[in-house]
This record gives sequence, structure tokens and C-alpha cells, in this order.
Amino acid sequence: MKPAGFLLLVAGFVLVASALALLPSAAARNAFMLAGLAVEILGFGLVFRAHLPPRGER
Amino acid sequence: MQTLSGNALVICIFSIILVPLAGTGLALINTGLGRSRSAAHAMLSALCAVAVAAFVYFVIGFAWQGVYGGPAHSFTVAGKSWSWLGADRFMLRGVTFDGSTISLIVCLQFFSVGLAAQIPLGSGADRWRLRAICASSALLAGVTYPLFAHWAWGGGWLSQLGMQFGLGNGFIDVGGAGAIQVVGGLTALSMTWILGARHGKFEPSGMSAAVPGHNTVFVLLGCMLAFLGWLGLDTAGAILFAAAEPTRIVLIAVNNLLAAGTAMVSSVILTGVRFGKPDASLAANGFICGLVAVSCSCAMISPLFAIAIGMVAGLIVPLSVEWLDRLLVDDPGGAISVHAVGGLWGLLAAGLFVHNKPGQWAAQLAGVAALLGVIFPLTYGLNWLLNLVYRQRVSLDGERHGLDMHELGAGAYPESAQSNDFLHH
Repeated sequence: MKPAGFLLLVAGFVLVASALALLPSAAARNAFMLAGLAVEILGFGLVFRAHLPPRGER
Repeated sequence: MQTLSGNALVICIFSIILVPLAGTGLALINTGLGRSRSAAHAMLSALCAVAVAAFVYFVIGFAWQGVYGGPAHSFTVAGKSWSWLGADRFMLRGVTFDGSTISLIVCLQFFSVGLAAQIPLGSGADRWRLRAICASSALLAGVTYPLFAHWAWGGGWLSQLGMQFGLGNGFIDVGGAGAIQVVGGLTALSMTWILGARHGKFEPSGMSAAVPGHNTVFVLLGCMLAFLGWLGLDTAGAILFAAAEPTRIVLIAVNNLLAAGTAMVSSVILTGVRFGKPDASLAANGFICGLVAVSCSCAMISPLFAIAIGMVAGLIVPLSVEWLDRLLVDDPGGAISVHAVGGLWGLLAAGLFVHNKPGQWAAQLAGVAALLGVIFPLTYGLNWLLNLVYRQRVSLDGERHGLDMHELGAGAYPESAQSNDFLHH
């Protein structure tokens, strides 16, 4: 789960950077940037979840 | 590169000299919020982090950060140039220390990178080995900090978003809310996960045990010193990175005071309502969070917006600390809530409140995305690799006896009683 979370973090950034580089229309660019940030938040959530220790190890 | 007028030069030098007080304040806060048996270790760690960060930044950090208009590594996509890493000469070769703008930037950056290196110490308190702290500080000063500082301040792609893509003024980060605070705060989050929680902090049921700091006076004194340091940091940053007039120092000082004050009052009210009495350590962290959040846009917003930024920052800290506790993240100094969460709020707030050109919020969003999507995985990965080759956490025995005795051989308070909170768990 942890590698998937970090992968989503990087993927979200790639979406944001691609939107900046490739989309000339402000509306489409903003929508893709927000989507990229949403993917990052999802990845952040996965990384958090992956770091929750099992109950016996707390 | 702009040339500073006589007044700007004097104010800038005076401001830069104040910046180490921010680090002094943070060191006192981190020490006060930690256990008494690790107090000397906490202060020594702060000094070591600053020293190692300065050395590594001297050798490679500044070369990779670079300055606006200086040599840089870049690539081209769709006809637009993306500058991603500075290409100056290593060990500051070519920099003349004559009061030129570049020499002032170098000087400010030495103190800034030291401040960033101190931030993770709060979250790794009571269990992070001294040598590991030095190695981790080297990674921050040599890789993560210069990388983002180049993007934000060294003429990198974030700072070019305004000119290249018409996004406001480009990414705004006058006092380092992103480049210093969020970079340090995300490293702090990485370290809490890599080190694990302190022994006895969390019950098997997931309940968190309160481990109060050992000296609240240190914490509150640290806030007062940090305030002076932040005034210097924000003023020097505004002059050097945002080409602000020296007269802006008045607005910067007022905004800093209002944001920090409002944030502290918000924290006092919120903790008073939730716990029956105000919590001094959370209020202190709220104060610092106000400074962190407003440092991004302090030279560009009206005092009313500084109050709004501070109010939210003061509410963020207690809520974030509680939330992280529920997620079993052990952050004794509150570094993640104050510096990472507060810094991210400051970056987004600049997008909301700086209105002089359209598209500013998108530029700020791009900065936040870069911090979460590149800097966080990078700092986590580097520290995870470091942990593979050199275990960063102290042994259980070392934690029981305290880092002072275990790593230094002598306590900070040899003649006074020390708390025995470890034995309760």
C-alpha cells in the first residue's frame, strides 16, 4: 500500500505539471490541476494508512 | 539580479542578522516540549543540525539552488523552458562577499537552511540518534531544500509560472512558508514514520498517552525569540526575493504580529473550549503557526487578511495535533502541524488573498502539488534509505535512560529530579 501511495503522489504531480505544460485553456488547465491535487490527496491518505501499525505492535 | 539601494542594503543586512533568533526559538520550543532527560541532547542536536546544514549547503546546496538569472539545468516542453536545478559552482566559488545581492542571498540562505534542518527535530524528539540527525540534516541541506528553493527562489519553474504561463506573479513564497517550513515539516512527517512512536505513547487499543513537555517556559520564551527571527526572515526575503521596497518593513512587522497574535488567541479559545482550560504548548504552537502561515505573503496583503490567515492557522494547530494523534503519528514538538500544515495553509492563503494579477491561486496550487508530489516522496525516500544503512532510532534502553545519558553521558539537569514518565508505561 505504501509504494502505491507514493506512486499516486508522484502521479498527481505529473498531472499538474502536464496540465501546466500542455493545456492552453485556463478552464481545462485548472480542472486538471485540481484533479492532480485530488490524486495527491488520495496518495497521501494511502501512505498514512500504510503507516498505521497493527494493533498488536502499538 | 537587482542592485539594492543604500537603505535597502542596511535594512536587509540587519534583517538577516535577526534570522538566527528564529532557530534559537525553535530549539527552545523543541527542547521544552521534549522530556527533561533528553534536554541537552535536543539543544546539541539543534546546533549540530545547523552546523551540518551550513557545511553541506556551502559545498553543494547553494550550487544546486542557484540564483535568479544564474546558470541552471533546464528542459523544454511545448516550447516552454523548465528550469529544475541550479548549476552554479560548488563551494560558493565565484561568489564575492561584498554586500552584493547574491552575497546577501547566500547569507540569508545559510540561516534559512539551518532553520529548515531544525524543524524535524521536534517530531523526532526523545528517540532520534545524534549522528542520524546530522546525516538527515545533510540530506535536507544538500538535496531537498536546494531543489525546492531553486524552484521557488532561484529562477526555477515555479517562479517562472507568471511569465511563462500567465499565472499571477508566479509562485509566491516571500518568507519561506514552502521552501523552509513545508520542506522541514514534510521531513518531520517522514521521520515520525521512519522512527516510530515513543515507547508507551500509544496503548494497544490506539489510545494516546499524554506526554507533556518538561519546560513550558522554554517553549514560550522560544516563541518570543522566534518572532524576532521571523521579522528578519520575512523582511529579508521580501527585499531579496520579491523586490519589495524597504518601507514595506512596516507592513511586514504589523502583519506578522497580527497573524501570530490572532493565531495564538484562536488556539487559546479553541483549547479552552475543548479541554476546559487553555493549553499553553498548543497556544505557543499556534503562535508559531501564525508566523509560518503569514510568512508566504506578508509583504503583499493587508492586515485584515493577515488576521484571517492567523485565525485559521490558530485553529489548524490543535485540530491537526489531535488528528495526527488519532492516526498514531507521534510528533512531540508539533512540527508537522505547525510547519507542514501551517505552511501549506499559508501557500494556499496567498493564492486567495494576493489579487494583483489573475491566476495566482493556480501558481500556489502548483507549488503545493510540487511539495506533496516531489519533495515529500524524495525526503521520505532519502531518509528511509539512510535508515537502512544506519539505524536512526535509539535503542529501547537508550530511550528508557534518556538521550542525555545514553548519547552524551551527562544530563542537562544533573542536580534536579527528572520525571519518570517512561516507567508508567
